[in-house]
Amino acid sequence: MTIEAPMTLHRIILKTGADLHGFRKAVRWLIAEELAPQHVVFAIDDAPGLFGDETVMDAPPVSIPKGVSRLIEQVVCHGDPERYALLYGLVWRVLNGERDLLEVASDPLVHRIDLMARSVRRDLHKMHAFVRFRRMQGELERFAAWFEPEHFILEAAAPFFVDRFRSMDWTILTPIGSTRWDRHELTFGPPGRREDAPDEDSFEEGWRGYYESVFNPARVNPTAMRAEMPKKYWRNMPETAAIPGLIQTAAQRVERMIEQEATMPTKRTPERAIQAMWDQEPKTLEELNAIIAKAGPLVPGATQAVFGEGPHHAEIVFVGEQPGDQEDLQGRPFVGPAGKLLTKAMREAGIEREQAYLTNAVKHFKFDQRGHRRIHAKPTAGEVKHYRPWLMKELELVRPKLIVALGATAVLALSGKATPITRSRGRAKFGAYEGYITVHPSYLLRLPDEATKQEAYEAFLNDLRRIHDLAQADLNTGELPLAAE
Amino acid sequence: MIGEWLSMGKGLLLKKGEPHRLSGSVEAKVHDLTETCSYGRHATSRPLPGPSPAPYLHARTKHEQSCGRPMDEKLSKKLRILADAAKYDASCSSSGAPKRKSDPDGLGSTVGTGICHAYTPDGRCVSLLKILLTNYCLFDCAYCVNRRSSNVKRAKFSVDEVVTLTVEFYKRNYIEGLFLSSGIIRSPDYTMEQMILVAKKLRRDHGFRGYIHLKTIPEASPWLIEEAGLWADRLSINLELPTEKSLEQLAPEKDGASIETAMAQMSERIEEAREERRHFSPAGQTTQMIVGADETTDADVLRKSATLYGHYAMKRVYYSAFSPIPDSSAILPLKSPPLMRENRLYQADWLLRYYGFDVDEIASSAEKGMLDLDVDPKLAWALKNRHRFPVDVNLADREMLLRVPGLGARAVDKIVVARKHTTLRLEDVARLTSGLKRAKPFLITADHHPKARLDKLDLRERLIEKPEQLSLFV
Ligand code: SF4
Repeated sequence: MTIEAPMTLHRIILKTGADLHGFRKAVRWLIAEELAPQHVVFAIDDAPGLFGDETVMDAPPVSIPKGVSRLIEQVVCHGDPERYALLYGLVWRVLNGERDLLEVASDPLVHRIDLMARSVRRDLHKMHAFVRFRRMQGELERFAAWFEPEHFILEAAAPFFVDRFRSMDWTILTPIGSTRWDRHELTFGPPGRREDAPDEDSFEEGWRGYYESVFNPARVNPTAMRAEMPKKYWRNMPETAAIPGLIQTAAQRVERMIEQEATMPTKRTPERAIQAMWDQEPKTLEELNAIIAKAGPLVPGATQAVFGEGPHHAEIVFVGEQPGDQEDLQGRPFVGPAGKLLTKAMREAGIEREQAYLTNAVKHFKFDQRGHRRIHAKPTAGEVKHYRPWLMKELELVRPKLIVALGATAVLALSGKATPITRSRGRAKFGAYEGYITVHPSYLLRLPDEATKQEAYEAFLNDLRRIHDLAQADLNTGELPLAAE
Repeated sequence: MIGEWLSMGKGLLLKKGEPHRLSGSVEAKVHDLTETCSYGRHATSRPLPGPSPAPYLHARTKHEQSCGRPMDEKLSKKLRILADAAKYDASCSSSGAPKRKSDPDGLGSTVGTGICHAYTPDGRCVSLLKILLTNYCLFDCAYCVNRRSSNVKRAKFSVDEVVTLTVEFYKRNYIEGLFLSSGIIRSPDYTMEQMILVAKKLRRDHGFRGYIHLKTIPEASPWLIEEAGLWADRLSINLELPTEKSLEQLAPEKDGASIETAMAQMSERIEEAREERRHFSPAGQTTQMIVGADETTDADVLRKSATLYGHYAMKRVYYSAFSPIPDSSAILPLKSPPLMRENRLYQADWLLRYYGFDVDEIASSAEKGMLDLDVDPKLAWALKNRHRFPVDVNLADREMLLRVPGLGARAVDKIVVARKHTTLRLEDVARLTSGLKRAKPFLITADHHPKARLDKLDLRERLIEKPEQLSLFV
């Protein structure tokens, strides 16, 4: 038998609560001194300096995996006095050949620490969930709550409440400390007492009523409730006062519902439902436009909706992209530079602007503000689709013979698919409608040199002449729209 | 320092050691803070946070009249009626919204997974203020307590009442946000517009960044869906009945095709907005099916779910055991809700989504299309496919481990990582899962082999657990 040399135990004193700072400092020193866990004890005391305690000296930082330091941050909040010893044991093993120790979730130490971390996270989560603010009396709107957490989580829990109730003035009192947010700054203070928080709130009665009403007696299951909302939390949650009564009467309530003879529905005809669905459909362009105006923009920017314009049963509908700066200010489509160019070309091609119906895929001007200028911003495909149901309804009400898509956005809006203009220019089919695809007049304005501009304008004019002919031919022959081609 | 902290308002300092009473008398002495209401007054420009702040969500300045006013009895009564009427909707989740924080003048935040602020004695989570705008309804869906032919008490909230309740409940940390649904009054469009208005007011006038879930009315005009998604975090339409035939019988005004058209519209917009980093129902869409009101089998319910997940990218399909309602219709079963069946459907649903099972595999281990009520669907499958077991915990691939009864996805992930460093024994596995008893007959570990036990005929009987109280997926 060998007699072991008496072991020197090093006593490390840490503060009550989650003393992350003290623990970190201690770990650095212990590692620097190469003191193995079996030679170290951790004690918690707010008045250190007792005989035999170690003076922890500053030591260089220790590099440990991120996962381990995250775990430490959580587990120091745990209420178990053994937490520091367990964590130091973990650090020691990680630094002595088991760097990936956390990956071995089945290891007894890792498992135990993981359970502790879970318990802390759960407590945090429950605090976020179960704190109940009460409005304090007085002119100013201030709130306070009393809460009893299981672990030392007050500081870890507070930022959540700041993020959520930033514009509120609130205080949370607990047996382990208090915290207050005054809408600018978060401060921590000494423990509070239950009596320090208001003992009622004028919305609690209503809240309790709500809680009672959402309970379905046919599904009563108190075990499941208690698993998620342990009894220890109940006394600080006003709604829980209703629980005993709800459980007690549940069976009886269900029985009553089942016993009660099913009532024969009093004869109530569906006419009103059917009528309502018919009535809600806009039946004129005015009705549709009123709906659009009321809804407000579905894209950023815009001061007002710009509706389609022209005879209600025009033969040709021109669909552009979206109103521009001028259109937005005047509330009319195609009145800016591109609109003027379109009007000119239409006239040259023999199409009276007043005889056609002009509208846009997107009914609001989407723009970016740069200084004083409002710069056109192209609507995204999703935004174009937001407006699509309105456009479809609009076309249904105008019932044109031919729909002209000016540019790619219009094509997307009319067909539901993105198609490049260069490949699809010319006749098209938009659902049941006959269509024609050409460029948007603003494209012509953007071309850099005169020669290309002239060429492109001629091509555009040609398109418009064909559009004119197609609409005409149709009228003259009396045949199905555009069947001739 | 402590004294400083205890200063409860400007110019007022409590002495150390004095309990800091937070009562009215304290404020009475403070004159330099003059706000009466935290919201509305400061409301200027509050784009909804998210990938791309949408400038069109500018707040309009408006005073909140209700600030500080206690809740009156009339409102309490309405709340009871309209919460009671909404409780048959199983959806409660407040998950999936992008993380948001309140801005200095606003209210509310969202956390990824959502929070349950309370649990009712049925074990269900109370997360959102789940109410109907009204329980008057023009429609006559037989399973619904609000159908026009039912003789229940009726009530209707005004838009402002819903806004006030949401804000005031939220400030007291009762809820994560609002889940608003409604019976159909006047017309589907009118109803939908009112619901959108509630969401708009919360966002614009109160800078509300909490969670908003809007129930979409499929009979409403399609442009209203386009609008609703801009304000809501989640949209949903309840299919309620899995087959066209049942819908026809039990919900005469509803139409399966138009419900699915609306679902398709929503899923397309949600997807586009995600790609374009814009706000449109960022937490996706969900739906609900009632179980036990019609004759549909579990296999058919699950087939329908698989289609819904596949076609419309549903975040979640909820199953709601048909529950007796006051003033029930004569064409429906009057009995206790099939809670166990509902629970098994949820388990099967998870196998579909997270465990690599397909519907036919689950259906093949069901009897006449109905899931085994005594054992969970994974165990049922394993019992019918014993030739694929036992599985070696130290060697099998992840896919096969996921099929072992009693091993959840989290446990499997831990196993796969841990066995890189160590050889797992039975006691190791015990630390990774709480379902070891079920797993044991199907599992080989370094110190355990089930041998012939797997072939024993009474295996099923021995594995039937006296059902604990159901834990519902909430
Ligand atoms: S439309 Fe909705 S509220 Fe009305 S009866 Fe049908 S399910 Fe109930």
